[in-house]
Amino acid sequence: MPNGVMIVAETAEGSLAPISAELSGVGRALADELGQTLTAVLFGSGIGGLGEELAALGADRVLLADDDALSEYQGDAYLAVLERIVREHAPEILLLGQTPNLRELAARLAFRLETGLTTDCTSLRLEDGVLVMTKPVFGGSAIAEYVVDDARPQMATIRPRAFEPATPQASRQAEVQPVAVSLDGVVRTRVLETVKEAATSGPRLKDAKTVVSGGRGLGGPENWKYVEELAETLGAAVGATRAVTDAGWVPASHQVGLTGVTVTPDLYVTVGVSGAVQHIAGCSGARNIVAINKDPDANIFKHARFGVVGDYRQVVPALTEAIKALRG
Amino acid sequence: MNIIVTIKQVPDPDIPPSHFKVDEATNKVVPPAGVAPVMNGYDGNALEAALKLKEENGGKVTVVTLGGSEARDTLKRAIAMGADAAVLIDDPDLRDGDSYTTALALARAIDKVGEYDLVLCGRQASDTDAGQVPLGVGELLGIPTVSPAIGIEATDGHLKVNRMIEDGHQVLDVPLPALVAVSSEIGEPRYPPLRGIMMAGRAQIPVWTAADLGLDPSAVGTGARKTRLRRLYVESREAQCELVEADSPAEAGAALAQKLREAKLI
Repeated sequence: MPNGVMIVAETAEGSLAPISAELSGVGRALADELGQTLTAVLFGSGIGGLGEELAALGADRVLLADDDALSEYQGDAYLAVLERIVREHAPEILLLGQTPNLRELAARLAFRLETGLTTDCTSLRLEDGVLVMTKPVFGGSAIAEYVVDDARPQMATIRPRAFEPATPQASRQAEVQPVAVSLDGVVRTRVLETVKEAATSGPRLKDAKTVVSGGRGLGGPENWKYVEELAETLGAAVGATRAVTDAGWVPASHQVGLTGVTVTPDLYVTVGVSGAVQHIAGCSGARNIVAINKDPDANIFKHARFGVVGDYRQVVPALTEAIKALRG
Repeated sequence: MNIIVTIKQVPDPDIPPSHFKVDEATNKVVPPAGVAPVMNGYDGNALEAALKLKEENGGKVTVVTLGGSEARDTLKRAIAMGADAAVLIDDPDLRDGDSYTTALALARAIDKVGEYDLVLCGRQASDTDAGQVPLGVGELLGIPTVSPAIGIEATDGHLKVNRMIEDGHQVLDVPLPALVAVSSEIGEPRYPPLRGIMMAGRAQIPVWTAADLGLDPSAVGTGARKTRLRRLYVESREAQCELVEADSPAEAGAALAQKLREAKLI
């Protein structure tokens, strides 16, 4: 008896996090294609009200692990609870978000269950009932497709903002069940403190919907204002290549790339960025890349949807003014 | 404090993308001529963290890698940086393994090195970007496992680990022995001093096979893998980019704004 598709949703500040709707969208589609059910699991404390929201997003069944000990992520505790749930329900497919917490949970669980996991997937599809999991590798230079032949569940984590979120339908109903939580002897690491990043002005780089990044092609720190003015006009976060942060033009926290922040905006505008693998690794999840560079052979154009070959000193101010004008 | 650091040798992520090629018949990357592979970046961060902990607390740092004989270069670099010993796991059955068989071999090798307080790893490798092996090694060893760490401090049989979360970090108390996978925020790897480079040249690096680790070929070969790479390819990206052209760069900038509006991106 096939046991369907299971997703592990997440909360942020007491509400469902955006990844939950993305998992619901792809999970529902896979379950429908298999003719099976979709089960959503949620961890937290005082989350009873979110069961209906997960139902509205498409779940047939919602399992709530609602316990004070689960109010924030603690790897050992979440792992123990999820391992028990998955062993009991034995889903064919198990999907989680590629988020700082659940990517850790997913990998540990895959080893406990002795099954296969593909992390950071940007596409999932079924072929003859088998899940084909696609992800960028080698910093986005290549695409890999993985399958899990024999072991079950077939596990994947999905890249944030790579999948269409499900649209809630209030008419949808689901069976909402509490999960018994027993953590005797499982918790080895202890959370002493949780430190939230101080809010900066402007959107945060890693979850910004629009990002403007500058590269070495700007020539020097005195030209960084071109990037900042465009970003301010767009309400965008500011990113940079490693060359720029290494040179100290902007703090390292702005670095987008393999050794920096991974961004997944709808719009990623690059100015004077050549498109080294190092950098592409951090922005290949952007839905639309725009390249402004005077070198027509720059690699960034291979990743861009729109491009302008020309001197940014003229292109960017004109672009910035035109955007202001369009927005009235 | 005795520390074991797992290290992977990877293709240099700074190679120009135009030099990056895949053999689709074998699902393998064609090594670019003249560009030497390097120590995975996050593994360099892990080694740096290990060397700092050793400097503060004493003990020994051992590095372990799984790879072909060419991976010796990366182990020698680790010794040059300050590692005390290195082990190469090399076995045809273990090559091209998945996260599962790789973690299994590393966990067995760590057990064979023995007497460790801490295992440090890079949070993920820049080739497959999977980030599974460190967590798998921790599970297989049955020790507390934390990833990704941006700070580590040793205190009397425990670690205080700063672990990255969505909007900040958690401070965790972690009893030893434990496995911690680190992110780049923990600190840039040092350059090997000349004395280290000379020592690395003389270093003896033992080679362990699957059999040395008590692993039967059936436990680590193709049949033991949980995940199968079905296809590896380079996406055709030519001609996808719409170049916005105009009489002057400024007009092109204005035309670009129009395009972005039409595409509903602004």
